[in-house]
Amino acid sequence: MDEKKISLAQVRHVAMLARLELSPAEEESLQSDLSAILRYVDKLNQLNTDEVEATAQVGEPGTLMREDQVTNRPAADEMLANAPARSGNYFKVPKIIE
Amino acid sequence: MTSELFTLTITEARERLVKRELSAVELTRACLDRAAAIESRLNAFITLCPREAIEQAEVADRLIARGNCSSLTGIPLAIKDIFATRGVRTTCASKILEGFVPPYDATVIERLRAAGAIFLGKTNMDEFAMGSSTENSSFGPTRNPYDLRRVAGGSSGGSAAAVAADECIAALGTDTGGSIREPASFCGVVGLKPTYSRVSRYGVIAYASSLDQVGPFAKTVRDAAILLGEIAGVDPRDATCSARPVPDYEAALTGKVEGIRIGVPREFFVEGMQEDVGLAVRSAIKQFESQGCQVREISLPHTQYAVAAYYLIATAEASANLARYDGIRYGLRAEADNTLDLYNRTRDRGFGPEVKRRIMLGTFALSAGYYDAYYRKAQKVRTLIRQDFFRAFNDCDIILTPVAPTTAFELGEKIADPLQMYLSDIFTISVNLAGLPGLSVPCGYDRKGMPIGLQLIGPPFGEEIILRAGDAYERSGCVQRQPPPL
Repeated sequence: MDEKKISLAQVRHVAMLARLELSPAEEESLQSDLSAILRYVDKLNQLNTDEVEATAQVGEPGTLMREDQVTNRPAADEMLANAPARSGNYFKVPKIIE
Repeated sequence: MTSELFTLTITEARERLVKRELSAVELTRACLDRAAAIESRLNAFITLCPREAIEQAEVADRLIARGNCSSLTGIPLAIKDIFATRGVRTTCASKILEGFVPPYDATVIERLRAAGAIFLGKTNMDEFAMGSSTENSSFGPTRNPYDLRRVAGGSSGGSAAAVAADECIAALGTDTGGSIREPASFCGVVGLKPTYSRVSRYGVIAYASSLDQVGPFAKTVRDAAILLGEIAGVDPRDATCSARPVPDYEAALTGKVEGIRIGVPREFFVEGMQEDVGLAVRSAIKQFESQGCQVREISLPHTQYAVAAYYLIATAEASANLARYDGIRYGLRAEADNTLDLYNRTRDRGFGPEVKRRIMLGTFALSAGYYDAYYRKAQKVRTLIRQDFFRAFNDCDIILTPVAPTTAFELGEKIADPLQMYLSDIFTISVNLAGLPGLSVPCGYDRKGMPIGLQLIGPPFGEEIILRAGDAYERSGCVQRQPPPL
């Protein structure tokens, strides 16, 4: 039971993919939590699903079409009001290209 | 007299408002005063908007005076803090949305506004709707009005508690795996998760897009039917929203349930269920029989796989949906001298532990080498779970189950063990996976006085029949509502 389903290296790799800077303590607790959850979801392997189609969504697809028209008015100030940093009519970010 | 105005239902308040025995300002003030008196104990709201609410009530009173009433004119509602509300901060109970004030209303908010509703404020929830207890809120947990040491359920715990404690007349929530039905059950109010695609999600902060659905909390089934009628229906801004016409849900509440075939799945009466929950649900079954329903045992054989399938699908979708919180355009930004560090630090500081856990699990399930074994596998099991329901609906019109295996648990009891917390959604999750409507109706109290809920599940777009059954059950008077001891 103590064997972990996911290694610390995997946790770090997934954190990189997910853009999360985790502390060493977070990495360790996530390793145990994810291992326990992955052990639990392994019960899905009791089912043979070779012949089963996957369900991606359960709505009524393709019923709704509309013209691709602009319906909103420009409102740069309103949109930029939430910006953590702003310069004129732009979102300001750290320098990307040296 | 005035002190009890907050206990009114939508139906009762509407009648008195139209007859001008009561003003919208009086009613709104009664709810706000009630909230002011108990919020320090309950914490059902993240943001209260007393000034805006009174202003809206004054407008409502002028409309009523001119005889210009809409269906919800002057009715004070509470809104889960997951809906974009123009000019009112929207947090999703997360630090990452710090300072965010939406420049627009969600479609459902727009519709409720047009129907004349008054917005009292934004209710507490699990961060990004991830949780079953409202303990995962960066604004502290909501407490259960029936016992302050217990949880209100989640993720829409604030909306459920606010309705139960009469801080509002009704409320709005969202349900991805049980987030309306479970808190409704824990707090002894009515909660409805409509069919997937019945209600627009434009302006609803996304958690798991193939599962999320918007729905009402109310004091009666009739009130839930009224609210659903207002929020349901096609929306050009949400391509996943169904174009089916919206029926008159209130007209479906005929009180007649004779001949309705009720299926009771044997897999839902399992070991580990609290004795009082089983007793209350069985006595509700007897009540339906005495009203002329035909009850039969059915089987949903893949029930035991629902929680596992859900936690892979929901977290995978969440990992994609939550990629947008990067500290660039709104919300929290952690300072850094390059963008990669900015993203990573912002997300580490902004997200709470459960959100990180789910992003990590979902990212893993979608990552190279694991996609087929986890995500794809879960999607296939989802098909089996859905087929179970469709097969069952050949033999019955609605399905009756408990909402949750237990009544509200204690604060802190499950927070350290994510799997135990996930399992509290065991009876509601399969309904989301299958995209069906589910109604939670109070069906009694356990020996400690905690509310118990009954779940009525319908076929796709079967809201009318589950509302009719729930209303007939409620009207039978077999459950006497006990107000919370606040």
